[in-house]
Amino acid sequence: MPLLIHDIQYNTETELKTFSTGGVHPPENKLTANCPIQNLPLPQSAAIPVSQHIGAPANIIVNKGDSIKTGQIIAESKGFVSAFIHSSVSGKVNKIDTIIDTSGYRQTAVFIDVEGDEWVDTIDRSDEIVTDINLSSEEILKRCLNSGIVGMGGATFPSHVKLTVPAGKKCDVLIINGVECEPFLTSDHRLMLERGEEVLIGTTILMKALNVTRAMVGIENNKKDAVDHLTKLATGFKGITVHPLKVKYPQGAEKQLIKALINREVPSGRLPLDVNAVVHNVGTAFAVYEAVQKNKPLFERVVAVTGKSVAKPGNYLVRIGTPVSKLIDAAGGVPEDTGKIVSGGPMMGKALINIDVPVVKGTSGIILFPQIESERKAMEPCIRCSKCVLACPLSLEPFLLMTLSMKGMFERAEKEKITDCMECGSCSFECPASRPLVDYIRLGKSTVIKMARERVIKK
Amino acid sequence: MSSTVIITIVSLSLLAFLSSVILFFIARKFKVFEDPRIDEVQAVLPAANCGGCGFAGCRNFAEALVKAETFEGLNCPVGGATVMGDVAKILGKEAPVVDPKVAVLLCNGSPEFRPHTTKYNGVPDCRIAHSLYIGETDCSYGCLGYGDCERACTFDALHMDPVTGLPVITDEKCTSCGACVKACPRNLIELRKKAKKDRKIYVACSNCDKGGPARRACKVACIACSKCVKVCEFDAIKIENNLAYIDALKCTFCRKCVTECPTGSILEINFPPRKQKVEAEAENATANP
Repeated sequence: MPLLIHDIQYNTETELKTFSTGGVHPPENKLTANCPIQNLPLPQSAAIPVSQHIGAPANIIVNKGDSIKTGQIIAESKGFVSAFIHSSVSGKVNKIDTIIDTSGYRQTAVFIDVEGDEWVDTIDRSDEIVTDINLSSEEILKRCLNSGIVGMGGATFPSHVKLTVPAGKKCDVLIINGVECEPFLTSDHRLMLERGEEVLIGTTILMKALNVTRAMVGIENNKKDAVDHLTKLATGFKGITVHPLKVKYPQGAEKQLIKALINREVPSGRLPLDVNAVVHNVGTAFAVYEAVQKNKPLFERVVAVTGKSVAKPGNYLVRIGTPVSKLIDAAGGVPEDTGKIVSGGPMMGKALINIDVPVVKGTSGIILFPQIESERKAMEPCIRCSKCVLACPLSLEPFLLMTLSMKGMFERAEKEKITDCMECGSCSFECPASRPLVDYIRLGKSTVIKMARERVIKK
Repeated sequence: MSSTVIITIVSLSLLAFLSSVILFFIARKFKVFEDPRIDEVQAVLPAANCGGCGFAGCRNFAEALVKAETFEGLNCPVGGATVMGDVAKILGKEAPVVDPKVAVLLCNGSPEFRPHTTKYNGVPDCRIAHSLYIGETDCSYGCLGYGDCERACTFDALHMDPVTGLPVITDEKCTSCGACVKACPRNLIELRKKAKKDRKIYVACSNCDKGGPARRACKVACIACSKCVKVCEFDAIKIENNLAYIDALKCTFCRKCVTECPTGSILEINFPPRKQKVEAEAENATANP
């Protein structure tokens, strides 16, 4: 594959690559960057929600009283955009009931009383790293589907869908997202440092599934140790290159990462495949490695538990379905001054209602904010300083979109491309008048999407 | 000097005459016929432009009324029977009898019954809060209390009670235009048939959870125990999705369900106070020693 011209134009050592439009620089606060991944002890009971991914919730196939093993399928994927759910613990199904999960609403979940830790026989539990890939690309796809692999960056989009290249489109480069641009979060960073080789084997597997010869790992330059480590390892892998990137939020977003690494711009309303690229997170690459080489479905993940006043912040390997309270206990309990507990990053994450919420596939971090930092400031009038416009990585006009959805002018908002917004929060972060830009844009976006759907139905 | 004046007057009058002739023919050629009855009907309508009839405004509704063969499905909820009667007189048609309606709130979760478990710090807008999470209480169906309905009401009929955090509907002002029904993201407002003396009996709850979680979230939640269904002699109560619903058309206001309801989620409004049971027993005791 010949190098493209725009690949070369950034190859100067003085300036690192990044995306061109907008972006902000929130304080990094990577407090747990040097904390090795620890195993969290098993909980007494686990609540595993059946809707942990984007798309249709999975169909429960176990009943109350069934005894199940770790790694057994408890809910089957329903439809193409959906994912299998596996049990993360062994024991008896206590009940099938609803629980408030990270979405803030009650969702159906399977409650399991933990007894021991007996894994399904087919899982390879040895620590040995398996390098040879024996499966064909179809088999890899099937394995990803059956192992319930979803995007581990937080969006939880089922991975097999992203690995299926539709007819008429082609993919020439795989991009592995090790950016982790959200402040505080360090789970991907630690994964790259401690499981670097597995991540790169996972990347090779993804390359085989997509039938591409080139993979690029993008890592922000605040993780120099991870860049060095993976660059060293990548010499042993064909076609994989590691690229340090200039630190800028939201570089971890698909479209921004594609722009930064290969200088292609994904058009409005289109997908990365339209510019012949596919993006997967390093966490996903690791999960794919485990699924394909070790036959281990996705039932545990690395979660960073962090916060300025947390006693023992750290990165934990935790089973899906473990209550968040267990994680916080391991990190030294809830500090007294806590005002808000957020699941995910501080920019795009969601405040939790209570700490009995289970850890799900998309939980990348738990951040405990002190009361002073969690209060919102009062909204003031817009002074037209255009900071939000300059901050928007998608070249939108957030101040306008907010006003439009506030006034209910949704047709106009649609024309202003409100649906392009990815809710990264850069505009709200920059706004000197503390205007709730993203809140209103999210409202307008959902209304416009609903309107568009109704139009399609009418036709 | 005088000739200039004469020439000016003559030429200008000629010009004026010519243009008036042209304008006369143009006006004839491009005349748009509009039914004069539309204006008449519009004059009778309340001019609230609330959209309660399903049309964009009173003018559009007047056009639809004039065009329509029958008044089937056309009703001005604001004007009610009187206005529709006037319209029928103008158009020489019959106005069907449509029961007047009034908005009721299907939630009674004041903080006294439904304690707050979290604190919402975001935009005070129900739609935004609803898209984020279940709300400040544990009930994911109940009123959020940020007043979207109050802002939607153009008749000053709906106000948020600062103590209960719930909207209070003034029956006399409510025109049942339905603006609040559309504004509520949790579908908590229902338009119910108006009864004599504004009497109402309805299940003031929308919680579709099972009994346990519903009761834990709110003391006055409907727990779908179906006691009311059993006690109702008129088959007016149905339970669907763990929630009881009283059909206003079948209800005879006997109030048996109100006393039967273990959580007090069925409300009776504008009824005279009933005799206390203990008092009644005491009276019986004194009457028959």
